Amino acid sequence: MAKIIVITSGKGGVGKTTTSASVSTGLAKRGHKTVVIDFDVGLRNLDLIMNCERRVVYDFVNVINEEATLNQALIKDKHVDDLFILPASQTRDKDALTQQGVERVLNELAERFEYIICDSPAGIEHGAQMALYYADEAIIVTNPEVSSVRDSDRILGILQSKSRRAEMGLDPVKEHLLLSRYNPARAETGEMLCVEDVKDILAIKLLGVIPESQTVLSASNQGVPVILDEVSDAGQAYQDAVDRLLGEEREHRFLEVEKKGFFKRMFRG
Amino acid sequence: MNSTALSAQQTSCLQLKGSLLPLTVLELSYFEPSQFSAELSAKAEQAPGFFNNLPVVIGLAKFDGAKGPADFDKIIRICSTFSVKPVAIRGGTETQQIAAKLAGLATMPAQKERSPTTETEQADIHPVEETPATESKHEATNTQNAESAPAEAQQTQSNDNSIQVADTSKPKETKVQETRIIYQPVRSGQQVYAQNGDLIILAQVSAGAEILADGNIHVYGPLRGRALAGVKGNTKARIFCHSLEAELVSIAGQYKISEDLQNGNWKKPAQIHLADETLTVNPLID
Repeated sequence: MAKIIVITSGKGGVGKTTTSASVSTGLAKRGHKTVVIDFDVGLRNLDLIMNCERRVVYDFVNVINEEATLNQALIKDKHVDDLFILPASQTRDKDALTQQGVERVLNELAERFEYIICDSPAGIEHGAQMALYYADEAIIVTNPEVSSVRDSDRILGILQSKSRRAEMGLDPVKEHLLLSRYNPARAETGEMLCVEDVKDILAIKLLGVIPESQTVLSASNQGVPVILDEVSDAGQAYQDAVDRLLGEEREHRFLEVEKKGFFKRMFRG
Repeated sequence: MNSTALSAQQTSCLQLKGSLLPLTVLELSYFEPSQFSAELSAKAEQAPGFFNNLPVVIGLAKFDGAKGPADFDKIIRICSTFSVKPVAIRGGTETQQIAAKLAGLATMPAQKERSPTTETEQADIHPVEETPATESKHEATNTQNAESAPAEAQQTQSNDNSIQVADTSKPKETKVQETRIIYQPVRSGQQVYAQNGDLIILAQVSAGAEILADGNIHVYGPLRGRALAGVKGNTKARIFCHSLEAELVSIAGQYKISEDLQNGNWKKPAQIHLADETLTVNPLID
């Protein structure tokens, strides 16, 4: 049975698409057949980060409207086997996503894939609700600042009340917290919320902490998911997060300011 | 009612409106005038002042005609000496209904078989919530009342809590309250309301969430959102929480916002209640 995981946050610009790209790449790299769906209809970004925008012919909305088959719309990832991308439409709006249509596509995908990653749009409107409705698990991407944490809390409430699992009275959606753009030095001086603050406010299990890093931006611009940059701390943090998602124990790294890290940083580049 | 109807609508002289009113049912098992009089007298002594021209419906569901017919004229006369005013009968045979009409009483259809008399009346007054998240436990209805003293059950409902406490001679009656228990965190943007009872949250209440109750509120976690107890005006309601970090707390309309709560009890276990109409915050345990 395929597992449906939604990557969501409420707030925009916190790293949902970056996380979707990295998590799906990480799962596929570990040999799990994975598909990642861009639910951000009208503002498609995932194909840019995955560097496949020039190969988009048909999209998610075409499949929902039965204008194309899944096979025509699915794009095979360049970097790893076992990963496919279902891109969003640039020319439609989010109302094009119907609940029945989404369900049909997800059911069809569930026959072929182990993991279905849903990259949610920002906000709490129709598009975001469609992305999370069928989820079994949710990764809540949060930045260490108050408005992002508040929006994450809001989306957790929606997961609890408006997801399929909530409506049908099944086990609740499993929630994971992914704290991104974390800067231990700034957290120490109080400029940012620290990991413990965010955990305390949201009260869900911490999946990972992604340190603020230049490599994330440059990886996005190059169209290579940052998880494939095995040297960078952000890439390693995503690797750990994927391992934890698969149920392995990994100690959290990059939470402290590196005290004697001067030489280390020099040599690491 | 006439006056309000008139003021609302100048043209029509009257208006017919449906309304649910609590009514006491005098359940009649059999009719024997002297015993009826004696028992009614005993009830009147137990609660003096309660029978203040009290309208009652005579229930005939359990009536046993073997000991004589229900003489409604006589019943009305005895009742009037104790300031009880029969207005209708409920159920009964065809002859009883004709007799009741002749005696000037209205007739009401018999109650459905399964439920004892007090239960349906309570259902009117305490509607059972049907929210899916609700985990409410309905306490067993006081069945002994149904048989012996429906008037007593009615009394506890129509009176206020304080009178109920003072009335120690009848400890068997309890006001059925809906307690709503929430096991998950109440998140920003969510609202939880416990109607007619207490609200218990076994998790945190996030900033931006709102919890309301007609009764008390208990939060076994940090209270960071808004908490409003006694929203229908119960000034005896209280709020209890493990860590007071609320945006707003209110009891029966008296409120304090977080700025006014930043004192010794902030982020500590606390209880909030009204003392002389002033919202007071105390440590949970002194």
